[in-house]
Amino acid sequence: MQWLEYLPLIAKGALSTVELALVALVLALSLGLITALAKLSGKPWLILPAQCYTTLIRGIPDLALMLLIFYTIQIGVNQFTDKLSLGRFEIDPFVAGVMTLGFIYGAYFAETFRGAFLAIDRGQAEAANAYGLSSRQTFQKVLLPQLVRFALPGISNNWQVLVKATALVSIIGLSDLVMAAQEAGRSTHNTLMFMVLAGAVYFCLSGFSSLLLYWIKNRSAGWVREAEL
Amino acid sequence: MIDLFQTYWQSFLWTDGQQWSGVIVTLMLLIVSTIGGFTLSIPLALGRVSSSRSLSAVIWLYTYTFRTTPLYVQLLIIYSGLYSLAFIQDTPVLNSFFRDAYCCTLFAFVLNECAYMTEILVGSIRASSRGEVEAGRAFGLSATVLNLKVILPSALRRALPAYSNEVIFMLHGTTLAFTATVPDILKVARDVNAETYATFTTYGLASLLYLMISFCIIVSFNRAENRWLKYLKPRKAKQAIDHSVPLIKEGSLV
Repeated sequence: MQWLEYLPLIAKGALSTVELALVALVLALSLGLITALAKLSGKPWLILPAQCYTTLIRGIPDLALMLLIFYTIQIGVNQFTDKLSLGRFEIDPFVAGVMTLGFIYGAYFAETFRGAFLAIDRGQAEAANAYGLSSRQTFQKVLLPQLVRFALPGISNNWQVLVKATALVSIIGLSDLVMAAQEAGRSTHNTLMFMVLAGAVYFCLSGFSSLLLYWIKNRSAGWVREAEL
Repeated sequence: MIDLFQTYWQSFLWTDGQQWSGVIVTLMLLIVSTIGGFTLSIPLALGRVSSSRSLSAVIWLYTYTFRTTPLYVQLLIIYSGLYSLAFIQDTPVLNSFFRDAYCCTLFAFVLNECAYMTEILVGSIRASSRGEVEAGRAFGLSATVLNLKVILPSALRRALPAYSNEVIFMLHGTTLAFTATVPDILKVARDVNAETYATFTTYGLASLLYLMISFCIIVSFNRAENRWLKYLKPRKAKQAIDHSVPLIKEGSLV
């Protein structure tokens, strides 16, 4: 049972995949919310960059973007440090991976949030206004709680796609689950088994997040009476 | 940038001198995997909505597995994993199939794409109007005719917007082909980058090419939707009134 020795390596890889996905999710959610607000602001100088961001990012494959952003950031930093004649500064691959994934998926989340904002009944904001709530209060107490409900299906989809996209970071040299499985496979000459194992981990991750998202959905929208079919 | 483009434009677009490369390979991967996945998805979707519980469960397991694991892992299993199995090395046909990078990549892409397309079509078939199917049965249509002439035509139309998303995602997925040494756009960009160190220009150029392909896909799907989903569009108010006025005048509604 030589392959048992490699299980801790796989577990470590799986942990780093989850960590990467979660941190990237937080970044993407905030970026998406800001972009959605910019798109709905009605000010052309905010709408234009937001529109360019979502269109460009969603039109280009994530792997191509990852290579573009990852290598360009490193070269930019190198040029910067050379100019100031500082020592060489290597960007931490984890930070670079999180930033790249967050930046890419922010564009997808922006569209989800935009759709959710548009789905909220206009009367809600009007009623809040009529009650004398400030625009900040309206956003925090009235719009945001309902936003969660409308955005949740889109967020669930994007999250599942994001988890799968983290498999790409091994191509830019980050040690995640796929890279751990590849290393273990190379040392034991049994790539197939370790790759299937990695696939099974993704499978379980996805099943687990579906359950969790189902629970969140029931908490955030349990009071909504859906049409009976 | 212009120098780089002048030297390498042929490899970016169709050939690097020895073999096909760049845009044409990406398009080939995209078209074969989409059409292959689409063709296989029709019988699978019909099986998944059929009344046979076990058939439906088996197909669900297939689509669920392929939709929850990353395409990269699937490609690695098929390209570098399966070849280590003894029976594949011993069977001449399988041996040559799994040694060929193109065959492995296309096999993985078709399997993956088919899983997504099956679920899209299943959702669309389940949204069939109850009355339509009932009317078909009342006319005495056999199950085959009912599927071919009533359920599928309308289900495929309804699935069109979802298909356009799926094809774009498949385009994004084709970038993984370079990990199996297939010379698509991204592989060319990587090679050019290794030769010239013009990182931003090479990857930027590749991104631009992908962006253009994406736009072409979006435009053609918009056209297809205009043609096949025209009946779902809201009619212009004036036209609707013009059509309904004579009816009311004739008193046929009352």
